[in-house]
Amino acid sequence: MKALSAAERRRRRTLFVMAILAVLSTLIFGLFQKSGQNVTYGFTLDKEWVLIQQWVISSRTASLLFGVISVLASAVAFLQFRAGRTIGLASGIGSAGIMMSFLSWAAAGKFIPFTGLLQGALLLSVPLIFGSMAGVLSERSGVVNIAIEGQLLAGAFVSGVVASLTHSTFLGLVVAPLAGCLISTLLAVFAINFSIDQIILGFVLNVLVYGITDFLYKKLLIPYQSTWNSGPTLAAIKIPLLWKIPIVGPILFDQSIIVYLMYGVIFFINFSLFKTKWGLRTRAVGEHPTAADSVGIKVNRLRFMNVMIAGMVAGLGGAYFTVGGVGAFNKEMTAGKGFIALAALIFGRWTPWGAVSAALLFGFADNLQSVLGIIGTPIPSEFMLMVPYLATVIAVTGFVGRVRAPAADGTPYKRGESH
Amino acid sequence: MRKLTIKRPSLRALTLPGLSFVLAMFFGALLIAFSDSTVLKHIGHPVTFIKSAGVAIWQSYLALFEGSVYNPSLAKPHDALLSWYPLSETLVTAAPLILAGLSVALAFRAGLFNIGAQGQFIFGSIAASYVGFAFHMPIGIHVVVAVLAAIIAGAIWGGLVGLLKARTGSHEVIVTIMLNYVALYFLMWLLGTTRFLRPGRRDPISPDVLPSARMPHLAGDNYRVNLGIFVALATAAFVWWLLSRSTWGFRFRAVGANAAAAKTAGISVPFVMTAVMAISGGLAGLGGAVHVLGSDFSLTSGTAGNFGFDAITVALLGRAKPMGVVFASLLFGALRAGGGTMQANTNTPIDIVLVIQALVVLFIAAPSVVKWVFRLKNLKTTGELTAKGWNG
Repeated sequence: MKALSAAERRRRRTLFVMAILAVLSTLIFGLFQKSGQNVTYGFTLDKEWVLIQQWVISSRTASLLFGVISVLASAVAFLQFRAGRTIGLASGIGSAGIMMSFLSWAAAGKFIPFTGLLQGALLLSVPLIFGSMAGVLSERSGVVNIAIEGQLLAGAFVSGVVASLTHSTFLGLVVAPLAGCLISTLLAVFAINFSIDQIILGFVLNVLVYGITDFLYKKLLIPYQSTWNSGPTLAAIKIPLLWKIPIVGPILFDQSIIVYLMYGVIFFINFSLFKTKWGLRTRAVGEHPTAADSVGIKVNRLRFMNVMIAGMVAGLGGAYFTVGGVGAFNKEMTAGKGFIALAALIFGRWTPWGAVSAALLFGFADNLQSVLGIIGTPIPSEFMLMVPYLATVIAVTGFVGRVRAPAADGTPYKRGESH
Repeated sequence: MRKLTIKRPSLRALTLPGLSFVLAMFFGALLIAFSDSTVLKHIGHPVTFIKSAGVAIWQSYLALFEGSVYNPSLAKPHDALLSWYPLSETLVTAAPLILAGLSVALAFRAGLFNIGAQGQFIFGSIAASYVGFAFHMPIGIHVVVAVLAAIIAGAIWGGLVGLLKARTGSHEVIVTIMLNYVALYFLMWLLGTTRFLRPGRRDPISPDVLPSARMPHLAGDNYRVNLGIFVALATAAFVWWLLSRSTWGFRFRAVGANAAAAKTAGISVPFVMTAVMAISGGLAGLGGAVHVLGSDFSLTSGTAGNFGFDAITVALLGRAKPMGVVFASLLFGALRAGGGTMQANTNTPIDIVLVIQALVVLFIAAPSVVKWVFRLKNLKTTGELTAKGWNG
């Protein structure tokens, strides 16, 4: 048998873990489940074209069914892996099967609004996706960005306040990226021009934004709430026809403009990072700045620009909390979402699609936790809330394959100093 | 090439932190003035504007001082000493902060950035309070056992990070950020269990630790200041000894200065990483014990407050030196303690403290700014405060 490369070994290990989980969930949730109760899945949110209203099935049968599907999918994925083909689809089905098997077990005797579950997951993922895209932009060009939290919070604060003062969601939406950009410019100046340690810097910037927004919240937003903190919110826009697609339609195409901007950002970053000159240069600067410099790329200028754009993206994500959500700003309302975004970035191996998938997964875990919390299930919600963090620890410790940051991530570049 | 000079402790070492603090207080003052509605009313008239701004700033900073050191209006006819009550509050806040700060500082010296003091602090608090309220032991022994339990709990939670780093190369910053949240959710889950929930309460709060497990008060029951501050100072002395006088400390610093060279010299880098993170976690856990057994007595989801994060600013402000950490913690303890009074008596929210903290650290990390503002040409700055990128 030929020797496997590190990446192949990693994928094989991942497959192995998935297969074990699939078998375990078939056994635990399916075969050995005692409850004879039914689980009901609801599939309608609005007036979309309806395929089915709801689906009632015995919890045990459902768990068994999805468990068997995931086992089969794992087997297919393994065969594809042996044959050297891509395993994306099969492993996706496998993981989803494991998830559904678990869900059918956890929700025995209950009603699960399935479309609502997915929609909520997407909504919770939005700030994570914006944040992790900001992370991709900045870290792929070699600047560690743990100030995502601060950029989100600054965006949320400024857009909420401006929208409230001007009664304009549009202006609120416009200033949010500027606020995020302000924070990331500080990051860029100190990290790139002064070569200050980027982790310390990111930490300090988070504290600074927390401090300033908490301060102004108490001093201005609470006492003068009606003028300073009662901003309008963006309305959802239904995309004609598309929103009527059963199940996915209302989830993806009945959202506020921020979500549509997010689709654009995802597509744009993914495309330009891998298909344009700018993207090639960005990756070069993040992996090997000396080589990039030797072919005439202005390393620090490119980094500076990318960090600024990253701040804009995160700032726009921040607007999702205020004008895109409840309107009013609340103290520390990002509540660590910036760190989950960082986790998603790392879990997604610093790639745009990886980060988006991780953000969706974390959003799903978060929403599943609150849905299961409401209907009452055997798993304490606190353990569900730990999922993103534990998953990230497991990812970086290499249990399912080591993740590797861009080689020059966090290293300031000075011409003439070798790295 | 760096020149080798024999370092003597001198006032010059205080120049940068001192000036950074002054500059941060200046920006804080600007923030106070420009967010005050009465001050802003006079914005058209420069003289009254400056006067009213001055009043607002003076009142805020005076309240900060009165809340943290000495407040004559607290004195009672029979007890003039009560005007020093705020100082006791400062010491109460400073004690856990010193310990958590030492935790971060120690790791820094070994080249590790322990953002996880918060989580380790939480585990220390959990262990200390559990031993404190669930077991009956004689006075004296009870405190010691509770403190030891906290140290062990913190050391396990911290050592785990070191072990993961040593074994798999996973970056301690990522792992500790994530484990802080895991610790917090674990605490929140615990507070919902019957074992930890105070009988008769539905909000998440644990029973009070028994009197036998509490740190004795130092200045009578009117003041909350307790043995914890001495524990913190003694620990600072121990960490100083460990780092500068012991073989182990030498190994820690060697790994921090250059892990590859340390390895060549025969030092087991994985072992040092694990040991440093375990000791570091133990220190933060001890901080949790001092907090719970000294002043808070019960466990809530907000038990750890901001201690673990303030610890990072304290360690940076103290240049990762034990003595520096002690002074920085006293300063930030004072800001925290005084901030409450300031918020109550003036309309300046306590959150200005966070702004000042962030700015102090920013200026210390970027000495060029301070040098430029104060026109200092030959201010000596050292670059010991660096973590490494994700691949470091």
